[in-house]
Amino acid sequence: MAGKARINKILRYVIVLVGAWIMLYPILWMISSSLKPLNLIFKDLSLIPSQLTLDNYIKGWKGSGGTSFGRYYINSFVLVFFAMAGNALSCSLAAFAFARLRFKGKNILFGLMMVTLMIPLHVLVIPQYIMFTKLHWMNTILPIVVPKFFATDAFFIFLMVQFIRGIPRDLDEAATIDGCSVYMLFVKIIYPLMVPALVTTLIFTFMWTWNDFFTQMLYTSNADHFTVTLALRMFMDAEESATGSFFAMSSLSLIPIFLMFLFFQKYLVEGIATTGIK
Amino acid sequence: MQRKGEKRAKQKAKINPAWVFLTPWIIGILIFSGIPLVSSLYLSFTNYSFVGLPELTGLRNYINLFTNDTKFLDAMRVTCLYVLISTPIVLGFALLLAVLLNKNMRGIGMFRAIYYLPSLIGGSVAVAILWQYIFGESGAFNQFMAHFGFHFPSWVGTPKYALWSIIFLKIWQFGAPMVIFLSGIKNIPSDLYEAASIDGASGFRQFISITIPMLSPIIFFNTIMQIIQSFQAFTPSYIISNGTGGPVNSLLFYTLYIYQSAFGNFQMGYAAAAAWILLILIAACTAVGFWIADKCVFYNE
Repeated sequence: MAGKARINKILRYVIVLVGAWIMLYPILWMISSSLKPLNLIFKDLSLIPSQLTLDNYIKGWKGSGGTSFGRYYINSFVLVFFAMAGNALSCSLAAFAFARLRFKGKNILFGLMMVTLMIPLHVLVIPQYIMFTKLHWMNTILPIVVPKFFATDAFFIFLMVQFIRGIPRDLDEAATIDGCSVYMLFVKIIYPLMVPALVTTLIFTFMWTWNDFFTQMLYTSNADHFTVTLALRMFMDAEESATGSFFAMSSLSLIPIFLMFLFFQKYLVEGIATTGIK
Repeated sequence: MQRKGEKRAKQKAKINPAWVFLTPWIIGILIFSGIPLVSSLYLSFTNYSFVGLPELTGLRNYINLFTNDTKFLDAMRVTCLYVLISTPIVLGFALLLAVLLNKNMRGIGMFRAIYYLPSLIGGSVAVAILWQYIFGESGAFNQFMAHFGFHFPSWVGTPKYALWSIIFLKIWQFGAPMVIFLSGIKNIPSDLYEAASIDGASGFRQFISITIPMLSPIIFFNTIMQIIQSFQAFTPSYIISNGTGGPVNSLLFYTLYIYQSAFGNFQMGYAAAAAWILLILIAACTAVGFWIADKCVFYNE
């Protein structure tokens, strides 16, 4: 009996280990290829390069047409920064009202918010595109950033509502008895307590905006305004001489995500778990 | 007059603070969701092409899509195949690994992280282009298969296989539903398993009779979310097919078709009709999901 349990345990470990290796392999292959000389990328199959070089990074960073990746990174970071600010401000306001305050039609409005979660972007994007073109917002960050200041990412409202509901109401009551207004209650008590939910929101906003391709492509045609994502697209179907640069710049573009993941893994996992269950 | 003004001022002062907190959201939902939703429904009954004014054409767009447009039908077929194949595989792997990882294994945190990581980067352009290389003729996948004596042409370049490369990309991202399963499994009371063990139930039996029913609300949630997301996949289809949907429409996802019609050919009314069909399709899947859930999901209240 004990022997069987032991074999089971080892078997389980082997499966998990092999699975983990398969999951990591594409990423490792990309990083290792980025460090190989161009002529060895598809020939030297081992993950540990026989010849190390940083040429791909140096060449890739220069970009094309005189615009370097430095420019693209600045563009991406600016975009991501405003998107994060917008979501952290606007979604928390709405979430506080849904989680704590009483008002007419609350259930209907909450239901409406949940419905917007399910509407595919592609149904909205054609009129939005027409609207943003008429406003002359093309080749600016406004079409992506402005909606975020109006709580259009309902997912985060939902996440924060779930979180605020978990904060004990005693605190509110004590504060109200002490003469705290609703506004002060939000600023002084709830907002500081919902920091974990805010962190989750910020990280997800960072990653989704960083990785987003569709809207960035739609609203940006001018190469000076390209983000990292759009710049990488130039490697799509590129000539063979550019493959080294592609591997290098792709690896580099994923570093912010890796770092976020490394430092905030707990928030990410809890974030998807809390919205996932209830 | 003055009294009336005073009264109004008093009323204003008493306005429910909830509305103050909700104002940005209400403006947002009206301008960025409500109005576009209604406009796109209206456009779907017109021949709007970005220049000039929309002209009402009745149901012509919808009829043309289904009877006169093989490209649209290809997109529909490819997308449905993608959703039907990838969803059960993704959920199967997610559940399997969640069960394997749960049993207080050493290094579980690290494994969970490794399995979850692809979900965070799988939708990026970088990974989509990487996939082009991995599933190219001499890419990592074919080189690996060659060790076992299997030889394949370029996956992304062969119509028969191309969709599979994107399905593999989706499967690679099973970590997100896995994490949701993991936290669900943690919430199953352990005395249920203890009682079953005492009664002599095998591990497999426990999985079927305890884990699956107790997890059913989460299985349902994950299924719906996977279907909704998969219908809307865009980046891999666009990048791996270089924006064309080829070879021979084998990578023409629904969203790519909408993108090509709306922003490539500027047939915006026509594309709006296709988008509304997508919305109805997703709503129908969700409704069927809820109907099935009503019969099968076990809520432990």
